[in-house]
Amino acid sequence: MSSALYDLIGLAAGVCFILALKGLSHPKTARRGNLIGALGATVATLVVFLYVTKPADGTPAHSLPLHNLGWILGAIAVGLAIGVPAARKVQMTQMPQLVALFNGVGGGAAALVAIVEYLNLGAEATKAEVIFTVFTVVVGCVSFSGSIITFMKLQELMTTRPVVFPGGRFVIAATLAAVLGVSGWVVAALGTTPLLVLAALSLLFGILFVLPVGGADVPIVISLLNAFTGLTVAASGYVLNSTLLIIAGTLVGASGTILTRLMADAMGRSLFGTLFGAFTAKPQDVAAAGEERPVRSGSPDDVAILLNYARRVVIVPGFGLAVAQAQHTVRELADLMISKGIDVAYGIHPVAGRMPGHMNVLLAEANVPYDQLAEMDEVNPTFGQTDVAIVIGANDVVNPAAKTTPGCPIYGMPILEVSNAANVIFLKRSMRPGFAGIENELLYDPKTMLLFGDAKASLTKVVSALKAL
Amino acid sequence: MEPMAIVSIFVLAVFVGFEVVSKVSSTLHTPLMSGANAIHGVILVGAIIVADHSHTNLELGLSLAAIVLATINMVGGFVVTDRMLEMFKGKKKGADQ
Repeated sequence: MSSALYDLIGLAAGVCFILALKGLSHPKTARRGNLIGALGATVATLVVFLYVTKPADGTPAHSLPLHNLGWILGAIAVGLAIGVPAARKVQMTQMPQLVALFNGVGGGAAALVAIVEYLNLGAEATKAEVIFTVFTVVVGCVSFSGSIITFMKLQELMTTRPVVFPGGRFVIAATLAAVLGVSGWVVAALGTTPLLVLAALSLLFGILFVLPVGGADVPIVISLLNAFTGLTVAASGYVLNSTLLIIAGTLVGASGTILTRLMADAMGRSLFGTLFGAFTAKPQDVAAAGEERPVRSGSPDDVAILLNYARRVVIVPGFGLAVAQAQHTVRELADLMISKGIDVAYGIHPVAGRMPGHMNVLLAEANVPYDQLAEMDEVNPTFGQTDVAIVIGANDVVNPAAKTTPGCPIYGMPILEVSNAANVIFLKRSMRPGFAGIENELLYDPKTMLLFGDAKASLTKVVSALKAL
Repeated sequence: MEPMAIVSIFVLAVFVGFEVVSKVSSTLHTPLMSGANAIHGVILVGAIIVADHSHTNLELGLSLAAIVLATINMVGGFVVTDRMLEMFKGKKKGADQ
Protein backbone atom coordinates (compact mmCIF):
# COMPACT_ATOMS: atom_id res chain seq x y z
CA MET A 1 0.00 0.00 0.00
CA SER A 2 1.36 3.43 -0.89
CA SER A 3 1.95 5.97 1.82
CA ALA A 4 -0.57 8.34 0.20
CA LEU A 5 -3.32 5.73 0.26
CA TYR A 6 -2.46 4.89 3.87
CA ASP A 7 -2.73 8.55 4.87
CA LEU A 8 -5.96 8.95 2.90
CA ILE A 9 -7.61 6.07 4.72
CA GLY A 10 -6.34 7.53 8.00
CA LEU A 11 -8.00 10.82 7.06
CA ALA A 12 -11.26 9.00 6.31
CA ALA A 13 -11.12 7.43 9.77
CA GLY A 14 -10.54 10.90 11.25
CA VAL A 15 -13.66 12.16 9.44
CA CYS A 16 -15.58 9.20 10.88
CA PHE A 17 -14.54 10.34 14.39
CA ILE A 18 -15.76 13.89 13.72
CA LEU A 19 -19.09 12.54 12.47
CA ALA A 20 -19.22 10.24 15.51
CA LEU A 21 -18.84 13.10 18.00
CA LYS A 22 -21.32 15.20 16.02
CA GLY A 23 -23.83 12.33 16.00
CA LEU A 24 -23.36 11.61 19.70
CA SER A 25 -24.38 15.19 20.48
CA HIS A 26 -28.01 14.66 19.38
CA PRO A 27 -30.44 12.04 20.73
CA LYS A 28 -31.71 10.97 17.31
CA THR A 29 -28.31 10.37 15.76
CA ALA A 30 -26.39 9.25 18.85
CA ARG A 31 -26.44 5.53 18.21
CA ARG A 32 -25.52 5.89 14.54
CA GLY A 33 -22.73 8.27 15.59
CA ASN A 34 -21.24 5.68 17.88
CA LEU A 35 -21.37 3.06 15.12
CA ILE A 36 -19.64 5.43 12.68
CA GLY A 37 -16.90 5.93 15.28
CA ALA A 38 -16.53 2.17 15.67
CA LEU A 39 -16.34 1.82 11.90
CA GLY A 40 -13.56 4.44 11.69
CA ALA A 41 -11.59 2.75 14.46
CA THR A 42 -11.96 -0.68 12.82
CA VAL A 43 -10.81 0.57 9.42
CA ALA A 44 -7.85 2.39 11.00
CA THR A 45 -6.82 -0.77 12.84
CA LEU A 46 -7.11 -3.02 9.76
CA VAL A 47 -5.13 -0.65 7.55
CA VAL A 48 -2.17 -0.57 9.93
CA PHE A 49 -1.54 -4.25 9.08
CA LEU A 50 -1.15 -3.36 5.39
CA TYR A 51 1.48 -0.63 5.66
CA VAL A 52 4.85 -0.61 7.42
CA THR A 53 5.86 2.70 9.00
CA LYS A 54 9.44 3.86 9.21
CA PRO A 55 10.94 3.21 12.67
CA ALA A 56 12.02 6.19 14.76
CA ASP A 57 15.60 4.92 15.02
CA GLY A 58 16.17 5.80 11.38
CA THR A 59 16.40 2.28 9.93
CA PRO A 60 14.43 1.90 6.69
CA ALA A 61 10.97 0.34 6.74
CA HIS A 62 10.93 -3.43 6.21
CA SER A 63 8.52 -5.23 3.90
CA LEU A 64 5.17 -6.79 4.90
CA PRO A 65 4.05 -8.59 6.99
CA LEU A 66 4.59 -6.69 10.23
CA HIS A 67 7.20 -8.04 12.62
CA ASN A 68 5.78 -9.93 15.60
CA LEU A 69 2.47 -10.33 13.71
CA GLY A 70 1.40 -13.43 15.65
CA TRP A 71 2.07 -11.72 18.99
CA ILE A 72 0.13 -8.63 17.88
CA LEU A 73 -2.93 -10.64 16.84
CA GLY A 74 -2.72 -12.67 20.05
CA ALA A 75 -2.63 -9.51 22.18
CA ILE A 76 -5.66 -8.09 20.32
CA ALA A 77 -7.51 -11.36 20.97
CA VAL A 78 -6.71 -11.08 24.69
CA GLY A 79 -7.97 -7.47 24.71
CA LEU A 80 -11.19 -8.51 22.98
CA ALA A 81 -11.68 -11.40 25.41
CA ILE A 82 -11.44 -8.99 28.35
CA GLY A 83 -13.10 -5.85 26.97
CA VAL A 84 -16.19 -7.21 25.21
CA PRO A 85 -17.59 -9.34 28.05
CA ALA A 86 -16.84 -6.55 30.54
CA ALA A 87 -18.78 -4.05 28.42
CA ARG A 88 -21.68 -6.41 27.73
CA LYS A 89 -22.21 -7.77 31.19
CA VAL A 90 -21.79 -4.62 33.25
CA GLN A 91 -24.93 -3.44 35.02
CA MET A 92 -26.32 0.02 34.30
CA THR A 93 -25.33 1.10 37.80
CA GLN A 94 -21.68 0.29 37.18
CA MET A 95 -21.27 1.86 33.75
CA PRO A 96 -19.63 5.05 35.04
CA GLN A 97 -16.88 3.03 36.74
CA LEU A 98 -16.36 1.01 33.60
CA VAL A 99 -15.97 4.17 31.50
CA ALA A 100 -13.40 5.40 34.05
CA LEU A 101 -11.55 2.09 33.84
CA PHE A 102 -11.57 2.08 30.02
CA ASN A 103 -10.22 5.61 30.05
CA GLY A 104 -7.48 4.59 32.48
CA VAL A 105 -6.30 1.64 30.39
CA GLY A 106 -6.30 3.90 27.31
CA GLY A 107 -4.00 6.33 29.16
CA GLY A 108 -1.85 3.39 30.26
CA ALA A 109 -1.63 2.16 26.66
CA ALA A 110 -0.54 5.60 25.46
CA ALA A 111 2.14 5.76 28.18
CA LEU A 112 3.44 2.28 27.26
CA VAL A 113 3.56 3.18 23.57
CA ALA A 114 5.57 6.27 24.46
CA ILE A 115 7.97 4.28 26.66
CA VAL A 116 8.65 1.77 23.88
CA GLU A 117 9.07 4.58 21.38
CA TYR A 118 11.49 6.28 23.77
CA LEU A 119 13.55 3.08 24.07
CA ASN A 120 13.54 3.00 20.27
CA LEU A 121 14.54 6.62 19.69
CA GLY A 122 17.95 6.71 18.09
CA ALA A 123 20.48 9.48 17.55
CA GLU A 124 18.31 10.85 14.77
CA ALA A 125 15.47 11.71 17.14
CA THR A 126 14.69 15.40 17.30
CA LYS A 127 14.26 17.27 20.58
CA ALA A 128 10.58 17.79 19.70
CA GLU A 129 10.06 14.03 19.41
CA VAL A 130 11.68 13.47 22.80
CA ILE A 131 9.55 16.20 24.40
CA PHE A 132 6.30 14.78 22.99
CA THR A 133 7.32 11.30 24.13
CA VAL A 134 7.96 12.53 27.66
CA PHE A 135 4.66 14.42 27.63
CA THR A 136 2.81 11.24 26.68
CA VAL A 137 4.50 9.21 29.43
CA VAL A 138 3.66 11.81 32.08
CA VAL A 139 0.05 12.55 31.11
CA GLY A 140 -0.70 8.92 30.20
CA CYS A 141 0.49 7.75 33.63
CA VAL A 142 -1.49 10.50 35.41
CA SER A 143 -4.60 9.51 33.46
CA PHE A 144 -4.03 5.83 34.27
CA SER A 145 -3.53 6.10 38.03
CA GLY A 146 -6.09 8.92 38.38
CA SER A 147 -8.74 6.86 36.57
CA ILE A 148 -8.02 3.87 38.81
CA ILE A 149 -8.69 6.05 41.86
CA THR A 150 -11.94 7.38 40.36
CA PHE A 151 -12.89 3.77 39.63
CA MET A 152 -12.24 2.79 43.25
CA LYS A 153 -14.27 5.75 44.51
CA LEU A 154 -17.26 4.94 42.28
CA GLN A 155 -17.06 1.23 43.07
CA GLU A 156 -16.87 2.24 46.75
CA LEU A 157 -13.68 0.26 47.22
CA MET A 158 -12.49 3.33 49.09
CA THR A 159 -14.13 6.34 50.73
CA THR A 160 -16.06 8.61 48.38
CA ARG A 161 -15.24 11.65 50.49
CA PRO A 162 -12.35 13.95 49.69
CA VAL A 163 -9.14 12.47 51.09
CA VAL A 164 -7.19 15.37 52.57
CA PHE A 165 -4.15 14.94 54.77
CA PRO A 166 -2.04 17.53 56.59
CA GLY A 167 0.40 19.20 54.24
CA GLY A 168 -1.33 17.49 51.34
CA ARG A 169 -1.02 20.41 49.00
CA PHE A 170 2.71 20.71 49.66
CA VAL A 171 3.14 17.01 48.87
CA ILE A 172 1.19 17.51 45.62
CA ALA A 173 3.16 20.62 44.71
CA ALA A 174 6.45 18.83 45.49
CA THR A 175 5.43 15.83 43.38
CA LEU A 176 4.47 18.09 40.48
CA ALA A 177 7.81 19.91 40.76
CA ALA A 178 9.62 16.55 40.78
CA VAL A 179 7.67 15.42 37.70
CA LEU A 180 8.66 18.58 35.84
CA GLY A 181 12.27 18.40 37.01
CA VAL A 182 12.73 14.76 36.02
CA SER A 183 11.01 15.48 32.69
CA GLY A 184 13.69 18.08 31.99
CA TRP A 185 16.37 15.55 32.97
CA VAL A 186 14.92 12.90 30.63
CA VAL A 187 14.76 15.36 27.74
CA ALA A 188 18.33 16.54 28.34
CA ALA A 189 19.93 13.11 28.82
CA LEU A 190 18.28 10.10 27.18
CA GLY A 191 18.23 7.18 29.61
CA THR A 192 15.98 4.35 30.70
CA THR A 193 16.30 4.82 34.47
CA PRO A 194 15.20 8.48 34.58
CA LEU A 195 12.25 7.58 32.35
CA LEU A 196 11.10 4.88 34.77
CA VAL A 197 11.50 7.29 37.70
CA LEU A 198 9.41 9.78 35.74
CA ALA A 199 6.70 7.18 35.08
CA ALA A 200 6.58 6.28 38.80
CA LEU A 201 6.37 9.94 39.86
CA SER A 202 3.60 10.58 37.31
CA LEU A 203 1.60 7.62 38.60
CA LEU A 204 1.96 9.01 42.12
CA PHE A 205 0.88 12.48 40.98
CA GLY A 206 -2.24 11.01 39.33
CA ILE A 207 -3.24 9.42 42.65
CA LEU A 208 -2.57 12.57 44.69
CA PHE A 209 -4.42 14.69 42.11
CA VAL A 210 -7.67 12.70 42.38
CA LEU A 211 -7.68 11.77 46.10
CA PRO A 212 -8.90 15.21 47.33
CA VAL A 213 -11.84 15.23 44.88
CA GLY A 214 -15.19 14.67 46.57
CA GLY A 215 -17.52 11.91 45.43
CA ALA A 216 -20.05 14.08 43.61
CA ASP A 217 -17.33 15.68 41.51
CA VAL A 218 -15.82 12.40 40.33
CA PRO A 219 -17.67 12.41 36.95
CA ILE A 220 -16.11 15.79 36.14
CA VAL A 221 -12.65 14.40 36.88
CA ILE A 222 -13.29 11.33 34.71
CA SER A 223 -14.23 13.63 31.86
CA LEU A 224 -11.09 15.70 32.39
CA LEU A 225 -8.84 12.61 32.46
CA ASN A 226 -10.61 11.49 29.29
CA ALA A 227 -9.52 14.74 27.63
CA PHE A 228 -5.98 14.19 28.98
CA THR A 229 -5.80 10.74 27.41
CA GLY A 230 -6.93 12.28 24.12
CA LEU A 231 -4.00 14.72 24.24
CA THR A 232 -1.52 11.91 24.92
CA VAL A 233 -2.84 10.10 21.85
CA ALA A 234 -2.31 13.26 19.81
CA ALA A 235 1.27 13.56 21.11
CA SER A 236 1.95 9.89 20.23
CA GLY A 237 0.66 10.70 16.76
CA TYR A 238 3.36 13.33 16.41
CA VAL A 239 6.14 10.91 17.39
CA LEU A 240 4.76 8.01 15.33
CA ASN A 241 4.11 10.28 12.36
CA SER A 242 0.42 9.36 12.26
CA THR A 243 -2.02 12.05 11.14
CA LEU A 244 -4.89 9.86 12.27
CA LEU A 245 -3.67 9.71 15.88
CA ILE A 246 -3.12 13.48 15.90
CA ILE A 247 -6.66 14.15 14.62
CA ALA A 248 -8.38 11.58 16.84
CA GLY A 249 -6.44 12.52 19.97
CA THR A 250 -6.91 16.26 19.48
CA LEU A 251 -10.65 15.84 18.82
CA VAL A 252 -11.08 13.93 22.06
CA GLY A 253 -8.87 16.37 23.94
CA ALA A 254 -10.85 19.38 22.72
CA SER A 255 -14.35 17.92 22.92
CA GLY A 256 -13.49 16.34 26.28
CA THR A 257 -12.47 19.74 27.64
CA ILE A 258 -15.74 21.31 26.50
CA LEU A 259 -17.71 18.39 27.90
CA THR A 260 -15.92 18.72 31.23
CA ARG A 261 -16.96 22.37 31.36
CA LEU A 262 -20.57 21.54 30.42
CA MET A 263 -20.69 19.00 33.23
CA ALA A 264 -19.18 21.40 35.72
CA ASP A 265 -21.76 24.04 34.65
CA ALA A 266 -24.60 21.54 35.12
CA MET A 267 -23.41 21.11 38.70
CA GLY A 268 -22.91 24.82 39.24
CA ARG A 269 -19.21 24.31 39.94
CA SER A 270 -16.21 26.06 38.56
CA LEU A 271 -13.74 23.57 37.16
CA PHE A 272 -11.01 25.12 39.24
CA GLY A 273 -13.12 24.80 42.39
CA THR A 274 -13.81 21.15 41.68
CA LEU A 275 -10.17 20.26 41.24
CA PHE A 276 -8.68 22.38 43.94
CA GLY A 277 -11.62 23.14 46.27
CA ALA A 278 -10.90 20.12 48.42
CA PHE A 279 -7.50 21.51 49.37
CA THR A 280 -9.14 24.16 51.47
CA ALA A 281 -12.29 22.29 52.49
CA LYS A 282 -13.06 22.13 56.19
CA PRO A 283 -14.92 19.32 57.93
CA GLN A 284 -18.65 19.93 57.67
CA ASP A 285 -20.41 21.51 60.66
CA VAL A 286 -23.73 20.32 59.32
CA ALA A 287 -22.61 16.71 59.28
CA ALA A 288 -21.52 16.88 62.88
CA ALA A 289 -24.73 18.55 64.02
CA GLY A 290 -27.24 15.79 64.47
CA GLU A 291 -26.80 12.04 64.30
CA GLU A 292 -29.54 11.42 66.84
CA ARG A 293 -32.26 13.88 65.82
CA PRO A 294 -35.79 12.52 65.38
CA VAL A 295 -37.12 11.78 61.92
CA ARG A 296 -40.64 10.85 60.84
CA SER A 297 -40.74 7.45 59.23
CA GLY A 298 -43.84 5.92 57.70
CA SER A 299 -45.18 2.64 56.37
CA PRO A 300 -45.97 1.81 52.72
CA ASP A 301 -49.65 2.25 53.59
CA ASP A 302 -49.03 5.80 54.84
CA VAL A 303 -47.28 6.60 51.58
CA ALA A 304 -50.08 5.05 49.51
CA ILE A 305 -52.70 7.15 51.30
CA LEU A 306 -50.72 10.36 50.71
CA LEU A 307 -50.42 9.49 47.02
CA ASN A 308 -54.07 8.48 46.62
CA TYR A 309 -55.27 11.94 47.58
CA ALA A 310 -52.63 13.90 45.70
CA ARG A 311 -53.37 15.80 42.53
CA ARG A 312 -49.81 16.20 41.42
CA VAL A 313 -46.84 13.97 42.24
CA VAL A 314 -43.22 14.48 41.21
CA ILE A 315 -40.89 11.50 41.33
CA VAL A 316 -37.23 12.37 41.90
CA PRO A 317 -34.99 9.39 41.12
CA GLY A 318 -31.38 9.08 42.26
CA PHE A 319 -28.58 6.57 42.49
CA GLY A 320 -30.55 4.42 44.98
CA LEU A 321 -33.08 3.70 42.22
CA ALA A 322 -30.26 2.38 40.04
CA VAL A 323 -28.79 0.29 42.85
CA ALA A 324 -32.15 -1.31 43.63
CA GLN A 325 -32.89 -1.80 39.89
CA ALA A 326 -36.30 -0.35 40.72
CA GLN A 327 -36.92 1.43 37.40
CA HIS A 328 -39.68 -0.98 36.33
CA THR A 329 -41.41 -0.83 39.70
CA VAL A 330 -41.34 2.97 39.72
CA ARG A 331 -42.96 2.97 36.30
CA GLU A 332 -45.63 0.62 37.57
CA LEU A 333 -46.34 3.02 40.43
CA ALA A 334 -46.45 6.00 38.06
CA ASP A 335 -48.85 4.20 35.67
CA LEU A 336 -51.10 3.28 38.57
CA MET A 337 -51.20 6.89 39.78
CA ILE A 338 -51.94 8.15 36.26
CA SER A 339 -54.80 5.67 35.97
CA LYS A 340 -56.20 7.24 39.14
CA GLY A 341 -56.10 10.65 37.45
CA ILE A 342 -53.03 11.92 39.29
CA ASP A 343 -50.68 14.22 37.40
CA VAL A 344 -47.25 12.51 37.48
CA ALA A 345 -43.87 13.81 36.36
CA TYR A 346 -40.29 12.68 36.89
CA GLY A 347 -37.97 15.46 38.03
CA ILE A 348 -34.55 14.68 36.58
CA HIS A 349 -31.55 16.45 38.03
CA PRO A 350 -28.79 16.76 35.42
CA VAL A 351 -26.31 14.89 37.64
CA ALA A 352 -28.64 12.52 39.49
CA GLY A 353 -26.98 9.14 39.81
CA ARG A 354 -23.27 8.85 39.25
CA MET A 355 -23.16 10.53 35.84
CA PRO A 356 -25.11 13.15 33.93
CA GLY A 357 -27.96 11.42 32.11
CA HIS A 358 -27.73 8.30 34.28
CA MET A 359 -31.41 8.51 35.27
CA ASN A 360 -32.65 9.11 31.73
CA VAL A 361 -30.88 5.98 30.57
CA LEU A 362 -32.26 3.96 33.46
CA LEU A 363 -35.87 5.14 33.03
CA ALA A 364 -35.65 4.70 29.28
CA GLU A 365 -34.87 1.04 29.96
CA ALA A 366 -38.23 0.78 31.73
CA ASN A 367 -39.93 2.48 28.75
CA VAL A 368 -40.99 5.51 30.75
CA PRO A 369 -42.57 7.90 28.19
CA TYR A 370 -40.20 10.71 27.29
CA ASP A 371 -42.80 13.46 27.94
CA GLN A 372 -43.00 12.48 31.61
CA LEU A 373 -39.33 13.26 32.16
CA ALA A 374 -38.92 16.87 33.20
CA GLU A 375 -35.56 18.59 33.42
CA MET A 376 -34.65 20.60 36.48
CA ASP A 377 -35.46 24.08 35.14
CA GLU A 378 -38.80 22.82 33.92
CA VAL A 379 -39.88 21.08 37.11
CA ASN A 380 -38.56 23.43 39.79
CA PRO A 381 -41.25 26.15 39.37
CA THR A 382 -43.96 23.47 39.70
CA PHE A 383 -43.02 22.15 43.14
CA GLY A 384 -45.21 24.86 44.73
CA GLN A 385 -48.26 23.19 43.15
CA THR A 386 -47.04 19.68 43.89
CA ASP A 387 -48.75 17.70 46.63
CA VAL A 388 -46.15 14.99 47.01
CA ALA A 389 -42.52 14.75 45.94
CA ILE A 390 -41.19 11.17 46.11
CA VAL A 391 -37.42 11.12 46.38
CA ILE A 392 -36.17 7.65 45.50
CA GLY A 393 -32.59 7.02 46.47
CA ALA A 394 -31.50 10.60 45.80
CA ASN A 395 -29.96 12.89 48.37
CA ASP A 396 -27.37 15.44 47.29
CA VAL A 397 -29.46 16.67 44.34
CA VAL A 398 -32.30 17.71 46.67
CA ASN A 399 -30.15 18.84 49.59
CA PRO A 400 -31.03 22.44 50.56
CA ALA A 401 -27.50 22.80 51.98
CA ALA A 402 -26.47 23.54 48.39
CA LYS A 403 -28.35 26.83 48.76
CA THR A 404 -28.07 27.55 52.46
CA THR A 405 -24.64 26.43 53.65
CA PRO A 406 -21.73 28.31 52.10
CA GLY A 407 -18.57 26.23 52.23
CA CYS A 408 -20.22 22.84 52.04
CA PRO A 409 -18.88 20.73 49.15
CA ILE A 410 -22.03 21.02 47.05
CA TYR A 411 -22.69 24.72 47.78
CA GLY A 412 -23.83 26.49 44.63
CA MET A 413 -25.00 23.36 42.85
CA PRO A 414 -28.53 23.87 41.49
CA ILE A 415 -30.91 21.46 43.23
CA LEU A 416 -34.42 20.14 42.73
CA GLU A 417 -36.42 22.25 45.14
CA VAL A 418 -38.57 19.44 46.52
CA SER A 419 -38.83 21.28 49.85
CA ASN A 420 -41.42 23.53 48.14
CA ALA A 421 -43.79 20.58 47.71
CA ALA A 422 -46.54 20.09 50.30
CA ASN A 423 -45.19 16.67 51.31
CA VAL A 424 -41.85 15.01 50.73
CA ILE A 425 -41.36 11.26 50.85
CA PHE A 426 -37.84 9.89 50.99
CA LEU A 427 -37.22 6.26 50.08
CA LYS A 428 -33.87 5.46 51.64
CA ARG A 429 -31.88 2.44 52.65
CA SER A 430 -30.61 4.09 55.83
CA MET A 431 -29.85 7.49 57.33
CA ARG A 432 -26.44 7.40 55.68
CA PRO A 433 -25.63 10.70 53.93
CA GLY A 434 -25.43 10.87 50.12
CA PHE A 435 -22.45 10.39 47.85
CA ALA A 436 -20.99 13.78 48.73
CA GLY A 437 -21.12 12.82 52.42
CA ILE A 438 -23.22 15.78 53.56
CA GLU A 439 -26.10 15.62 56.02
CA ASN A 440 -29.47 16.55 54.49
CA GLU A 441 -31.56 18.90 56.65
CA LEU A 442 -34.67 18.08 54.63
CA LEU A 443 -34.77 14.62 56.23
CA TYR A 444 -35.61 16.25 59.57
CA ASP A 445 -38.28 18.57 58.13
CA PRO A 446 -41.72 17.96 59.69
CA LYS A 447 -43.36 17.57 56.27
CA THR A 448 -40.92 14.83 55.31
CA MET A 449 -41.82 11.18 55.67
CA LEU A 450 -39.15 8.48 55.42
CA LEU A 451 -39.72 5.01 54.09
CA PHE A 452 -36.70 2.89 54.91
CA GLY A 453 -35.64 -0.15 52.93
CA ASP A 454 -34.56 -1.26 49.48
CA ALA A 455 -36.25 1.04 46.94
CA LYS A 456 -37.63 -1.82 44.87
CA ALA A 457 -39.12 -3.68 47.83
CA SER A 458 -40.58 -0.46 49.25
CA LEU A 459 -42.10 0.58 45.93
CA THR A 460 -43.63 -2.86 45.41
CA LYS A 461 -45.34 -2.56 48.80
CA VAL A 462 -46.56 0.97 48.00
CA VAL A 463 -47.98 -0.24 44.68
CA SER A 464 -49.97 -3.05 46.28
CA ALA A 465 -51.15 -0.75 49.08
CA LEU A 466 -52.27 1.83 46.51
CA LYS A 467 -54.09 -0.83 44.47
CA ALA A 468 -55.98 -1.91 47.56
CA LEU A 469 -57.25 1.63 48.28
CA MET B 1 5.93 15.50 8.51
CA GLU B 2 6.37 19.26 8.29
CA PRO B 3 6.04 20.87 11.74
CA MET B 4 3.79 23.59 10.29
CA ALA B 5 1.46 20.97 8.79
CA ILE B 6 1.22 19.26 12.17
CA VAL B 7 0.47 22.51 13.98
CA SER B 8 -2.24 23.29 11.39
CA ILE B 9 -3.86 19.88 11.80
CA PHE B 10 -3.71 20.25 15.57
CA VAL B 11 -5.27 23.72 15.69
CA LEU B 12 -8.02 22.85 13.21
CA ALA B 13 -8.83 19.64 15.10
CA VAL B 14 -9.09 21.63 18.35
CA PHE B 15 -11.69 23.93 16.79
CA VAL B 16 -13.63 21.05 15.26
CA GLY B 17 -13.61 19.31 18.66
CA PHE B 18 -14.95 22.45 20.35
CA GLU B 19 -17.62 23.03 17.72
CA VAL B 20 -19.12 19.54 17.46
CA VAL B 21 -19.95 19.27 21.14
CA SER B 22 -20.72 22.87 22.06
CA LYS B 23 -24.45 22.25 22.57
CA VAL B 24 -25.29 18.92 24.17
CA SER B 25 -28.19 18.15 26.48
CA SER B 26 -27.10 16.75 29.80
CA THR B 27 -28.89 13.51 28.94
CA LEU B 28 -26.15 12.77 26.44
CA HIS B 29 -23.15 13.80 28.52
CA THR B 30 -22.38 10.27 29.66
CA PRO B 31 -22.74 8.51 26.27
CA LEU B 32 -20.74 11.30 24.63
CA MET B 33 -17.94 10.96 27.16
CA SER B 34 -18.00 7.22 26.70
CA GLY B 35 -17.92 7.53 22.90
CA ALA B 36 -15.01 10.00 22.99
CA ASN B 37 -13.30 7.61 25.39
CA ALA B 38 -13.67 4.80 22.85
CA ILE B 39 -12.26 7.02 20.08
CA HIS B 40 -8.97 7.57 21.90
CA GLY B 41 -8.71 3.78 21.88
CA VAL B 42 -7.22 4.23 18.38
CA ILE B 43 -3.96 4.43 20.30
CA LEU B 44 -4.21 0.73 19.36
CA VAL B 45 -2.83 1.79 15.97
CA GLY B 46 0.19 3.31 17.72
CA ALA B 47 0.62 0.20 19.88
CA ILE B 48 0.67 -2.03 16.80
CA ILE B 49 3.22 0.24 15.11
CA VAL B 50 5.60 0.12 18.10
CA ALA B 51 5.14 -3.66 18.38
CA ASP B 52 6.32 -3.85 14.77
CA HIS B 53 9.33 -1.66 15.63
CA SER B 54 10.27 -3.62 18.77
CA HIS B 55 13.78 -5.14 18.82
CA THR B 56 14.10 -6.46 22.37
CA ASN B 57 11.86 -8.69 24.47
CA LEU B 58 11.27 -5.79 26.88
CA GLU B 59 10.04 -3.54 24.08
CA LEU B 60 7.86 -6.29 22.65
CA GLY B 61 6.40 -7.12 26.08
CA LEU B 62 5.51 -3.48 26.76
CA SER B 63 4.04 -3.08 23.25
CA LEU B 64 1.88 -6.17 23.66
CA ALA B 65 0.64 -4.90 27.03
CA ALA B 66 -0.22 -1.62 25.28
CA ILE B 67 -2.12 -3.54 22.57
CA VAL B 68 -4.17 -5.44 25.17
CA LEU B 69 -5.02 -2.23 27.07
CA ALA B 70 -5.81 -0.23 23.90
CA THR B 71 -8.06 -3.01 22.55
CA ILE B 72 -9.99 -3.05 25.85
CA ASN B 73 -10.32 0.74 25.67
CA MET B 74 -11.48 0.85 22.05
CA VAL B 75 -13.73 -2.18 21.70
CA GLY B 76 -15.09 -2.08 25.25
CA GLY B 77 -15.72 1.66 24.88
CA PHE B 78 -17.79 1.37 21.70
CA VAL B 79 -19.75 -1.63 23.03
CA VAL B 80 -20.61 0.04 26.33
CA THR B 81 -21.62 3.28 24.54
CA ASP B 82 -23.88 1.31 22.23
CA ARG B 83 -25.50 -0.36 25.22
CA MET B 84 -26.23 3.02 26.80
CA LEU B 85 -27.75 4.33 23.58
CA GLU B 86 -29.71 1.17 22.84
CA MET B 87 -31.97 2.14 25.71
CA PHE B 88 -32.74 5.50 24.17
CA LYS B 89 -33.77 3.71 21.01
CA GLY B 90 -36.04 1.34 22.94
CA LYS B 91 -37.74 4.31 24.52
CA LYS B 92 -38.50 5.96 21.20
CA LYS B 93 -39.95 2.77 19.82
CA GLY B 94 -42.15 2.48 22.90
CA ALA B 95 -43.39 6.04 22.45
CA ASP B 96 -44.29 5.50 18.80
CA GLN B 97 -46.43 2.46 19.39
